[in-house]
Amino acid sequence: MKQARVKENKFRNAKAAEKRKLFLISIPFLIFITAFSYVPLLGWVISFFIYYPGIPFSKMEFVGLKNFEAFFYNKKQVITVVRNTFVLSGLIILTLPLPAIFAILLNEIRNLKFKKLVQTFSTIPYFISYVLLYLAFTTILSPSDGMLNTLLVDNLGILDKPLNVLTNEKIAWTVQTATYLFKNLGYNAILYLSAIASIDTQLYEAAEVDGAGRFDKIWHITVPGLLPTFVVLLVLQIGSVLSGAGFEQYYVFGNGMIMDKLEVIDTYTYKMGIVQGNYSFGTAMSMMKSVLSVGLMLIANTLVKKIRGSSIF
Amino acid sequence: MKTKKKKKKLTIFDVINYTFMAVILICCIYPFYSLLVSSVSDPKKLEQWFLIFPLNVTFSSYREIFANNRILLPIFISAARAFVGTVITLICCSMFAFLVTQRLLPFKKFIYKYVVITMYLNAGMIPWVLTMVTYGLKNNFWVYVVPSAMSAYYIILIKTYFESIPAELEESARMDGAGFFTIFFKVILPLSGPILGAIAMFSAVGQWNSWYDNLMLVQKNELKTLQLMLYQVIQNMNVVMNDPKTAATAQVVNRPSIMSVRSAIAMVTVIPILCVYPFMQRYFASGIMVGAVKG
Repeated sequence: MKQARVKENKFRNAKAAEKRKLFLISIPFLIFITAFSYVPLLGWVISFFIYYPGIPFSKMEFVGLKNFEAFFYNKKQVITVVRNTFVLSGLIILTLPLPAIFAILLNEIRNLKFKKLVQTFSTIPYFISYVLLYLAFTTILSPSDGMLNTLLVDNLGILDKPLNVLTNEKIAWTVQTATYLFKNLGYNAILYLSAIASIDTQLYEAAEVDGAGRFDKIWHITVPGLLPTFVVLLVLQIGSVLSGAGFEQYYVFGNGMIMDKLEVIDTYTYKMGIVQGNYSFGTAMSMMKSVLSVGLMLIANTLVKKIRGSSIF
Repeated sequence: MKTKKKKKKLTIFDVINYTFMAVILICCIYPFYSLLVSSVSDPKKLEQWFLIFPLNVTFSSYREIFANNRILLPIFISAARAFVGTVITLICCSMFAFLVTQRLLPFKKFIYKYVVITMYLNAGMIPWVLTMVTYGLKNNFWVYVVPSAMSAYYIILIKTYFESIPAELEESARMDGAGFFTIFFKVILPLSGPILGAIAMFSAVGQWNSWYDNLMLVQKNELKTLQLMLYQVIQNMNVVMNDPKTAATAQVVNRPSIMSVRSAIAMVTVIPILCVYPFMQRYFASGIMVGAVKG
């Protein structure tokens, strides 16, 4: 009797010790994530002060919402920047069905080797940095020494003047959307291809028995089967409406001639905050962007929940 | 009965579809192929002709960039961050993922959520930069590899994988008196090859391609990454040529030659990715990386 109790106590002690040990192990991780993901949030405070690097917190001058008022002083620039951001993101959202269509079409290719080849090479651009993409595009499209212009102007003589693609303000938005698509089409299609693969083949067989043709099967079985994946990607994209394709693409592709069309919130924040050293204003921009992004994603998610009955989070 | 599956006829739709796919295939290959062509072709021919194949193959542009020495350090920095960063990320993410699968961990749910929510929590560019400066990470190699050590996305992936490992293995090891670390290193990690391999590849490619932190926080030339160097070469086509030693030759060098030097640097940047790409492909074919998007 006594022996059993001793044994039980020992067991309980061992369990408590194990719990303590596990908790101790988790502490460094919690400190790390706090330092690198939560502490930067404290930096938002700066947007209510006038801040210069190096001055202590006690010496910072509190200015309330003055940094946010700066949005109105720079009204013209800010309006352009917001317009560009929304147009570029809107265009990306419009292209969201394309990877799904690409996946469906690719799935209809019966030659497996060819299918695999297309899939392999269409995914590569996703793993290439924007710097490199830009360089590759210039090699082909540059008006002065691009290969395409050498072909069209010098060799074939079809055109008198070289094509101007990367520095043309009129088509800047289209070119950026195409670039985004080039980079992401194949990779996003993987998600859809695996969704297609997980559709029950019995559905197709049953449809075939009922006399459904190829397009009937695509429209009534494949497309509905891809909708959940599409919705997830849509919500995520809405959550990043304020980034568009992200800082790197616009920063790399932006040049003096098309900057009016490519200056987005991220690049503008970089210029005002880091290059010009206006940290308080930059922080105000960063903060507005983060808060609005999370808000947009939550709204999109709620809408999806209402429509579909299940949320993605 | 029919032993052979009936062979379907090639319809117009098929023809259009195959053509469309062929066009996409060419669009995806050509930009990189053109870099290759322009990096090894004779600059004079390149100026005059649209080249489908390299003409008068010469490796002078490669010789030039490696002789210049300026590229060796960025290559080393990029490779170092890819290696060190991947090792740190793998250790931190997998250990934390294993920790939150432990039944006995107090506040398990809270700890997991506290970390995973950071996927959506973003302070933004300027606050992030200022925080890193405060930590003394400005102009410091560690800024490349430390902040990315705990990625919520990777943690979700690894945790999902760990949960698929039969619990009996862990239990029996525990019966034999093995503790947290022994079980983690001796039982769990050896069984997690596929997921760790996949994450190692993705992390390494991500690190190799990354230059955002370099642009924001590192001004030292000795710590410049290959990507930023490439960017600066684009911005200022003369960076490579500006070296006083080569200044004399730079006078004679005409634009196409700069173009082949540019392309050669680009090839050096892209080749490592193309080398690991076939291995990565195996992982996303098996759907490992796909699951988390839905989670």
